[in-house]
Amino acid sequence: MLGKIKAKSAHNDSLRMLMGKYGIGIVLLIMMVVIGIMEPAFATSNNFINVATQVAINGMISYGMCLAITTGGIDLAVGAQLALTSCVLGVTITNSGMNVWVSCFIALLVATLFGLLNGVLIAKFNMFPFVVTLSTQLIIRGLSQVISGGKAISLTSDVFKNIYSGKFLGMPIPIVILIIITIIMYLLLHWTKFGRYVFAVGGNVNAAIASGVSEFWTKVGVYTVSGFLAGVAAIIFTAKTGSAQSNIGIGYETDAVAACVLGGTSFAGGIATIPGVLMGIFIIGFIYNGMNLIGVSSYYQSIVKGCVIIGAVLLDMVMNKRNR
Amino acid sequence: MLEKNTDGKNEYILQCEGISKAFGGTQALKDVQLHVKPGEVHALMGENGAGKSTLMKIVIGLHKQDKGTITFEGKPYQVKGPVDAINAGIAMIHQELNPEPHLSIADSIFLKREDTVGKFFLNKKKQNERAGEILKQFNFPYGPKTLIKELTLAQVQMVEIIKAVSSDARMIIMDEPTSSLDSEETDHLFRVIRELKAKGVAIIYISHRMDEIFQICDTVSVFRDGMFITSAPLAQISRDELISKMVGRKVENVFPKVDCKIGDVVFKAENLCGKGFKDISFEVHAGEILGLSGLVGSGRSETMRAIFGLDPITSGKMYLEGKEIKNKNPRSAINKGICMVNEDRKNFGLCLLRSLRENISLPNLPKKQRGILINQRREIKECEEVAKQLTVKAASIEHEAFSLSGGNQQKVVIAKWIMANPKLLILDEPTRGVDVGAKSEIHSLMCQFAAKGMAIIMISSELPEIMGMSDRILIYHEGSINGEVTRAEILDSTATEEVILAKAFGGK
Ligand SMILES: Nc1ncnc2c1ncn2[C@@H]1O[C@H](COP(=O)(O)OP(=O)(O)OP(=O)(O)O)[C@@H](O)[C@H]1O
Ligand SMILES: [Mg+2]
Repeated sequence: MLGKIKAKSAHNDSLRMLMGKYGIGIVLLIMMVVIGIMEPAFATSNNFINVATQVAINGMISYGMCLAITTGGIDLAVGAQLALTSCVLGVTITNSGMNVWVSCFIALLVATLFGLLNGVLIAKFNMFPFVVTLSTQLIIRGLSQVISGGKAISLTSDVFKNIYSGKFLGMPIPIVILIIITIIMYLLLHWTKFGRYVFAVGGNVNAAIASGVSEFWTKVGVYTVSGFLAGVAAIIFTAKTGSAQSNIGIGYETDAVAACVLGGTSFAGGIATIPGVLMGIFIIGFIYNGMNLIGVSSYYQSIVKGCVIIGAVLLDMVMNKRNR
Repeated sequence: MLEKNTDGKNEYILQCEGISKAFGGTQALKDVQLHVKPGEVHALMGENGAGKSTLMKIVIGLHKQDKGTITFEGKPYQVKGPVDAINAGIAMIHQELNPEPHLSIADSIFLKREDTVGKFFLNKKKQNERAGEILKQFNFPYGPKTLIKELTLAQVQMVEIIKAVSSDARMIIMDEPTSSLDSEETDHLFRVIRELKAKGVAIIYISHRMDEIFQICDTVSVFRDGMFITSAPLAQISRDELISKMVGRKVENVFPKVDCKIGDVVFKAENLCGKGFKDISFEVHAGEILGLSGLVGSGRSETMRAIFGLDPITSGKMYLEGKEIKNKNPRSAINKGICMVNEDRKNFGLCLLRSLRENISLPNLPKKQRGILINQRREIKECEEVAKQLTVKAASIEHEAFSLSGGNQQKVVIAKWIMANPKLLILDEPTRGVDVGAKSEIHSLMCQFAAKGMAIIMISSELPEIMGMSDRILIYHEGSINGEVTRAEILDSTATEEVILAKAFGGK
């Protein structure tokens, strides 16, 4: 019998692959149940909406990070991007009195351009993404201090603040943005040429090039998208706090990396799923939220977060090992 | 050495009994056995995906069997991994080479059994000296300090062989050791094998090249679809019998060459020069299969890589259908209709972590879009079709490429370029590691494509393949073309293997 495609066992195997990929979903469920039992206020729809609104910011950044990690890189500049975009918003809206939407457009453009810069530096000169984004991060944060003069600029525009507090079809706008971006990212990574190229470049760059994939444009695309998403995150963030500051976003890359890793994104490159990252985002969100509700001090929160990440990654490794 | 029991029962160095192994839903081995005597070369044969590599990986502890027992040198044998296996006396040359590119040859040879001063410090000097001696014994052209990444695939293969042979193992497993070697290097390996044999070392030899099996092996065990079929001395089995045992049916003709109409010139090279080749000029016509023969490292692959845009061309001109072209990267070559199956499937052929579907459609995505999204339904259908056409043995095209057997991975690489339907198809060792049945399948596909007017260039180190399939053969020697042979000359036996080999060695 020469080879054939056996359709029968395919079903079984896709179930197995699904378990391997989304084993993290089980962690998420267990966590929700445990916190829900400890603190009844947790399992209310109000609280869930609350969490979803809060994770929107980390969500944007995590999707960008996920692309970078999947190509075998990392984007450490996202935290600083958040600050710069925020300051651009503050300067244009409050200081120059610009139209809110024009100003948002400019802010997104700035964030995207810095993403593009990261991408070009990484792809054109073949520099390590870690080093490049570590350096541009300093530049970007410095710039945001320059344009804001190091002071907080308060944003009083109701139209602008409405981006965080407003509702669309009864849903908080940050959640709407999260849903839209999640769908776009899902299609981008799993249904477009670009997404396939991202996986190929991260999985085996030589084979990708020999299949006609442009390493340059793929990487440039990845960091540009990451920059843009950091800009979106910054708009939500600034609308939430109502103030533009150059010292925000410090350490945000950690949460984004954590969400990616929890979601099964491989640091070796070439493996990631958007649903996985979304679950990672929510796990991080529930850790913060759950512990706040239970009343754990923020010192311990950080410890718990670290432990959960290591535990989840270990679990994932054990599961995948059994599969292979 | 092995002591025979008084009752003479224990004549085997390795006994595997009732071994079963499943990966998820795939049953790779079902209750198989293998009995190997000391001092014999034992061929293990079977189609792609029959479970040969899997059994060997169980023997050296890379996989764990679900059921079954292994006895080595009369004692129950259980190892935790390759290092353990080497200590127990079993070394393996892997089918999928996996060298660490930044190690030196010496480090690579002594990996995990380094010379040390005290307990922790490496004795680099002694190690390099020892490695140097061993390399000299093998006539290896590089010194012990050369880095692995500077070597060609064939040389890496030789280093792996040297590594296994120098480990003083009492049994050596060779999983397709010659798949990237040329005839000269293969002969060298065979000399080494005979020496080992004389010393009483047992060798398990896996290969899809029939000639080699009959040349060097004593006994053969045949697997099919994960099951043990038979075991017999090679002297008692004919080639056709062996094939039908492996495949379960008769394979009529391994080289089903169909002569088709040779059309206009599709591709023309004029005085191409680059790293590893100089002054290469040739033409290839529609419907023609042009074979490139020569020793490994004679510049064949280098020329083709340059034409495909993977390496730079320093001077010379190329024409496609009469128009001058330049390929700055593979994308521009693919867009013009030039595709290439690379000899190095692990590095240039596949993204092992991704599914078969993604691998097959990767170069063809621009054609599979509906708007900006990929038309996945069509993609799945088309990928399943080519996979079936090439008899890829996989549970589903959604499986990751690494879970396929070596030969099936090769078929996937060919599948992705066949789907591209190019004007010029360059095949660099297209059937390496592919079993007889599928080989014949790939060959008849080549003829079908030629008949449709595709121009095909095939590099192969297997002389019977090149001679059986080519309309014309160009013979390389040290980076330039040293002669040409036509199909007519092969058919009327004016061009024999000897003639081609002589030209490959630089003669007239
Ligand atoms: N790591 C793995 N995960 C899942 N399936 C695997 C894995 N390794 C092997 N298999 C499956 O087990 C079967 C036997 O594979 P194996 O590599 O032993 O074949 P083989 O006889 O060596 O073939 P070839 O001649 O192509 O090298 C195949 O169907 C393959 O898909
Ligand atoms: Mg194999």
